[in-house]
Amino acid sequence: MNRRYVVQRVGFALLTLAALLVVVPILLVVGTIIVRGASAIDWEFLTAMPRDGMKAGGILPAIVGTVLLTLGTALAAIPVGVGGAIYLAEYARDTWLTRLVRLAIINLAGIPSVVYGLFGLGLFVLFLQFGTSILAGSLTLAIMTLPIIISTAEEALRAVPTEFRTVILSLGGTRWQAVRYVVLPQAMPGIITGIILGLLRAAGETAPILFTVAAFYLPRLPRSPLDPTMALPYHLYVISTQVPGMPEEIKYGTALVLLALVLSMNVVATLIRSYYRRRREW
Amino acid sequence: MRAKIQVDHLSFYYGDKQALFDISMEIRERQITALIGPSGCGKSTFLRCLNRMNDTIPGTRLEGRVLLDGQDIYAPGTDVVDLRRRVGMVFQRPNPFPQSVFDNVAFGPRVLGLYRGKDELEEIVERSLRDVRLWDEVKDDLKQDALSLSLGQQQRLCIARVIAVQPEVILMDEPCSALDPIVTLEIEELMKRLREQYTIVIVTHNMQQAARVSDWTGFFWLGRLVEMGPTGDVFTRPQQKLTEDYITGRAG
Repeated sequence: MNRRYVVQRVGFALLTLAALLVVVPILLVVGTIIVRGASAIDWEFLTAMPRDGMKAGGILPAIVGTVLLTLGTALAAIPVGVGGAIYLAEYARDTWLTRLVRLAIINLAGIPSVVYGLFGLGLFVLFLQFGTSILAGSLTLAIMTLPIIISTAEEALRAVPTEFRTVILSLGGTRWQAVRYVVLPQAMPGIITGIILGLLRAAGETAPILFTVAAFYLPRLPRSPLDPTMALPYHLYVISTQVPGMPEEIKYGTALVLLALVLSMNVVATLIRSYYRRRREW
Repeated sequence: MRAKIQVDHLSFYYGDKQALFDISMEIRERQITALIGPSGCGKSTFLRCLNRMNDTIPGTRLEGRVLLDGQDIYAPGTDVVDLRRRVGMVFQRPNPFPQSVFDNVAFGPRVLGLYRGKDELEEIVERSLRDVRLWDEVKDDLKQDALSLSLGQQQRLCIARVIAVQPEVILMDEPCSALDPIVTLEIEELMKRLREQYTIVIVTHNMQQAARVSDWTGFFWLGRLVEMGPTGDVFTRPQQKLTEDYITGRAG
């Protein structure tokens, strides 16, 4: 056989192997967690308070805490993120100010999450005196999420053909009407995807909530945004490393709940995207 | 026939580059005026001066005056939104919004608040679609996606969208260049009917089209208006050598 074809065969084989290697870890992680954690999941586990130093009972406060933190993050990050993206994509001219904003976004995305945690501790918990609270934790997570939301939303807005904006101006519409009635609806699937990706990351992070909101052990539900709360990622960290004699089952069960929460959000994002993609062609 | 638009010594610049040189012309009411010339001769730029669409491009500058019914549209204090309602525009590629047929036509009246109550809006939509002879083809399903229409239907829909805001002038920037010959003839027929109500200015580099539909023809060359007159005269007895060369295919 021609030598070139041998080279091609070998090359393709190696590339295929590389692609398959990506699948292995996700199968192993998800598989192990399901196999070893599924038996922990029952009604009590999902709806009860922890008991016996977290070795028995359920993880309700951690689930509720993570859901509340994600909601709080969404409330703070979506208006600022989408608003900023609209400004950058639709209004901003190329000045030193907008270049500064873009530079800030890129750098925000590169900051390690533990640094966000310390920043949140300094600004929200101590300086603004929100204390260790859902408010402080949500705001910290929101800052971390912003660059993801802004950059995906801006990209989605820019993908809407310029023609539509021109047409609206030619009909006597304003720039804002162009954004409001045509550009934004068209960009919505991309924006929603970005929002969910950002929130996914926020929901699973441990470091930013470590100093700002997460309680080690707090077997009750939070009553106000100024209360601290347990949260799934931190709870998982605690029961895996800080509590001797913790049943393996509970650790894997907790991991499974976190994973299911995050993956289901991911599935929703994918569905939204494919739903809209089928609908539009231009 | 009175002049609907009067252009006085108009020059236009993209930054340092001058695109239009001292252009003066009259555009007559309820007539079709065709602007012809090779690509890059400034005819589209000129068209976009008539409804101030060039305003949206940073770094451009204009000298001279453009009078619509005797009022300078570049005078300070001019309401650009109202100007663009009065001087509508149809683009080269059919570009309906990815929404329903109804929403497309209703778009202008909605953003401008031109109607009172749902009934009046439905009336406007029906009248506009009838004007472009699209009503019979879409009346059974006004909720269908505008993008599911054929290209010719889409372009008529875009014209209906402009008509819905009751303009006085319609600017058309090569409205048929993305369409096949049969659909092109349909649009030309439509233009001849619309002429009874509207003043139409069409940019085209299809000379046969200009000869077929227009009453007046202006010939642009390198940013200058070389010749302008009744279409019959320009095509059969051009005054300028350059016009004759272009029309007979020796130049351009």
